[in-house]
Amino acid sequence: MRQRIERFRMLSAGGKTAKILLTLLMWAVGFLFAFPLFWMLSTSFKIESEVFSYPIRWIPSNPNWGNYYEVLFEQRPSFFLYYLNSIKVTLICVAGNLFTSALAGYGFTKVRFRGRDKLFLVYLCGLMVPFQVLMVPRFMMFRMMGIYNTHWAIILPNLFTTIGVFLLRQSFQGVPYALNESARIDGAGEFRIFWQIITPLAKPALTGLAILTFVWRWNDYEAPLIFITNPKLYTLPLGLTNFIEETGSTKYTLVMAASVCALLPVIIVFLAAQKQIINGLTDGSVKG
Amino acid sequence: MTTAFNAQKRRKTSLTDNGWKGFLFVLPNLVGFTIFTIIPVIFAFGISFTKWDFYKGLAGISFAGLKNYMDLGRDLWFKSSISNNILYTLGTLPPLIVLSMLIAVALNTNLLGRNVVRSCVFLPYVINTVAIAAIGLLIFNMSGPLNMLLQAFGVSDPPKWLSSLEWAMPAVMIMSVWQGLGYDVIIYLSGLQAIPEELYEAATIDGANGVQRLLHVTVPMLRATTFFLLVTNIISSFQVFGLINVLTQGGPARATTVLAYYIYRLAFVYNKMGPACAVSVVLFLIVLTVTLIQWKFQRKSELETGSMK
Repeated sequence: MRQRIERFRMLSAGGKTAKILLTLLMWAVGFLFAFPLFWMLSTSFKIESEVFSYPIRWIPSNPNWGNYYEVLFEQRPSFFLYYLNSIKVTLICVAGNLFTSALAGYGFTKVRFRGRDKLFLVYLCGLMVPFQVLMVPRFMMFRMMGIYNTHWAIILPNLFTTIGVFLLRQSFQGVPYALNESARIDGAGEFRIFWQIITPLAKPALTGLAILTFVWRWNDYEAPLIFITNPKLYTLPLGLTNFIEETGSTKYTLVMAASVCALLPVIIVFLAAQKQIINGLTDGSVKG
Repeated sequence: MTTAFNAQKRRKTSLTDNGWKGFLFVLPNLVGFTIFTIIPVIFAFGISFTKWDFYKGLAGISFAGLKNYMDLGRDLWFKSSISNNILYTLGTLPPLIVLSMLIAVALNTNLLGRNVVRSCVFLPYVINTVAIAAIGLLIFNMSGPLNMLLQAFGVSDPPKWLSSLEWAMPAVMIMSVWQGLGYDVIIYLSGLQAIPEELYEAATIDGANGVQRLLHVTVPMLRATTFFLLVTNIISSFQVFGLINVLTQGGPARATTVLAYYIYRLAFVYNKMGPACAVSVVLFLIVLTVTLIQWKFQRKSELETGSMK
């Protein structure tokens, strides 16, 4: 026994050089992943002739803020309009999705009604329907409903997501049912129990879903591309695409400055709420 | 009709005193789910059997039977989309799974600066695909930083990447792995946290070295996570669209067209709604098959391992 413990110690001591090597390797991996973003940032401050100059200029000799000025103030429609559109669409989707998902999540866990479990099975099936199957019928429906080429076309479908129901149902399941019973005995109505007692207890899951919805909607590309054609209604990813198409591969400095502008809000959210994003993602994974 | 309705209602309320209220909670979401998911799915199947000149309205519909599906057999774009998509799946899956597991294992130690490394790896996941693709256009430019680097290492004739038939797909795959790896790492990290420390201690006492512990403790214990990631990655690899649309638009020639891109192209570039829906049904069947396999295996492994959860 003693011998074994000795060997255990020796192994951990011998691992010291290995540990340093591993640390250096992981730093290299982190650097490799951050590099394209660093390159984007660096390019956004260059003048066009510096972009592909050799030897590689890692940090531009003279930061050129002009690219940002051109992106933000000299475009029609203005980049600020894209920001506003993205903020509007994203916030409505986050609030609406949270509300309908929380209601349904509550209904699927705390109140029994006939066919509930079968209905949830239908929701589970809904989870696996690819967007590509839905896009043509939605395109036609939206034209008939008269919401094609309006923000409603990208807002409405995202107010009722299956993933949201799935995640919140899971978190409500962790809240003991005894709370419902005692609240009911105290005479609280079902909606009040939902709103004032159960929902506050699921705050971590709600925050997680809110932030994930924010990131997903903010980055949405395919649906706006199909349902929005009016440049004044473009969200940031569309504005960015438009920008790439117009300036083409000739003006990388501008495209990179525009990319940085489009990314900034989501990177701020990422830095502030990385933990909640991670929790939201892992909650929905293997445990499901 | 109304009496039947009332009778049904009475039965439901007798089932539990909250019957109807419960349904009311689910109702708002259910209405939206029905309108924006269930009905479109049914429509998609229906449209796939028609020829529809959409701009003539409902009068432009004519029944086409299986024609749309039969035509796919002779459609070079469809064949390329399928084979490219399989190539893309097979090309991105191994690096995603293997690299993310190794990175997660390394980050699960008390390594100096591990949170910074984790953030760097995860960051591309929250960045929108258009910006990812824009960076790809820059990096894979023929005289871009990657080729400069390759030339510095003595590669005299570096690939033309996005405009080359052979290298366009690898370029897309590299961007896609860069974007998606962080998610897998995060999921693996949470899987690793569930492995009891005692298993490693026992293995060490039995004389297992680092590699042996990885192969005989970590990998088997992460089986469920790996399986989950395999399935999610396969499914999302069949839906890749943004990168392709911005980076290559399926080209050069048909070298990078994939199913999701081809559906978009058929419907919104060529206005061929029937064929587009037929391809989307094929895509749906692929995703469905993968998911059903997952369900079956998950149930089986649950039976084998008892109550793991």
